[in-house]
Amino acid sequence: MEFLNVFIKAAFIENLVLAYFLGMCSYLAVSKTVKTAFGLGLAVIFVLGITMPINWLISEYLLSENGLLGIDLTFLRFILFIAVIASMVQLVEMVVEKFSPGLYAALGIFLPLITVNCAILGGSLFMVSREYNLTESVAFGLGGGFGWFLAIIAIAAIREKIRYSNVPPALRGLGMAFILTGLMGIAFMSLMGIDPAVFTAAK
Amino acid sequence: MADTSVKDPQVKKAEPLFGKAERKLLVDPLNDNNPITVQVLGICSALAVTSLVYPSVVMAVSVIFVTAFANLFTSILRNYIPKQVRMIVQLVIIASLVTMVELTLRYLNYPIYKQLSVYIGLIITNCIVMGRLEAFAMANKPWRSFIDGIGNGLGYGVILIMVGIVREIFGKGSLFAGSPIELKIIGATDAYMIDTTQSVLFGWYANNNLMVLPAAAMFLIGIFIWIQRSYNQKLVDVS
Repeated sequence: MEFLNVFIKAAFIENLVLAYFLGMCSYLAVSKTVKTAFGLGLAVIFVLGITMPINWLISEYLLSENGLLGIDLTFLRFILFIAVIASMVQLVEMVVEKFSPGLYAALGIFLPLITVNCAILGGSLFMVSREYNLTESVAFGLGGGFGWFLAIIAIAAIREKIRYSNVPPALRGLGMAFILTGLMGIAFMSLMGIDPAVFTAAK
Repeated sequence: MADTSVKDPQVKKAEPLFGKAERKLLVDPLNDNNPITVQVLGICSALAVTSLVYPSVVMAVSVIFVTAFANLFTSILRNYIPKQVRMIVQLVIIASLVTMVELTLRYLNYPIYKQLSVYIGLIITNCIVMGRLEAFAMANKPWRSFIDGIGNGLGYGVILIMVGIVREIFGKGSLFAGSPIELKIIGATDAYMIDTTQSVLFGWYANNNLMVLPAAAMFLIGIFIWIQRSYNQKLVDVS
């Protein structure tokens, strides 16, 4: 049941955007309307869910000292992880384009953007430093992606509404987005008290 | 503008190499074209390390190193990189530099390395590096690209350190904690410069725990943007 545990923890309690500030660039740049935010959010869930187990396999069987090669290659971690992410994004883009042109048109330019989304690489690095196993890393990928999705939808909706408010000109746009994210971060902190074990103990 | 006078000796020494255009590349990112507050790049890995000044300085130095050399190498190779695979090539250059930084830092200062944890690795996906490679290094000569990298790294570092200073003074009452030159400014023991248990003026003072929270960094950058844009009207967002 640790799947659900890690999922809830990654999505709500340790939200990648609001607690760790990962993926901030695209989060701020693409959150002007809900529609585009939705597309990017979906793409992030998708890519995080795929790259996380692959990177887990690589770091476990290729890079670690107990792996197949028997040599400690952890210094290659960054290069291999980013290569996996870049090629997975490319692959996902081609597959989606082939099988679902509708989704491809919806995601549009956001797919290639994801390569440089810190949330993806950050997720993989957190996975290594927290020593997750394979199931946990899948859960962490999907949960983290879902949390990112929630955060970007929320800020996009707020930014759509705040356009009708009387914000000081110098604070309009970017400045306000920063302060809103800070407030959302504080709001999300109230979820910190949740013990994820509660959801699994009943079973 | 005060810091240009400090850089003047260097400017004179390298007169043919360091003209007006180069100086513009170095100074522009500090204010008019700041990577964080204007270009909105590289916020990802920045905010979580700024609760103390010392890690912010280490982070800033690492980013300056990576942006400068990634710009330099990409610019040298720019005519040999095929357009279709340029992202991968750029990422490999950045990732190798970041690996160098990581290993060096682990050797030099393990506690700071532990504290920065994944954020050093995240310099790879720091949009500043990637953004400058795409926007500048792919189209300019090596020396200029190198200067541009240093300038943008500095612009990033300045914001990082400013946020770090405010957060550390108000959150912890100290400055440069963890470094050899730690200053204890305000607190409840006599080790601090202003001892709140003794001082008549500051007896009411307590550390502001909000400043330790990650959210404080967001507020501070929001406020910095507000201040900068009130003075610099051309940056105001019209949309």
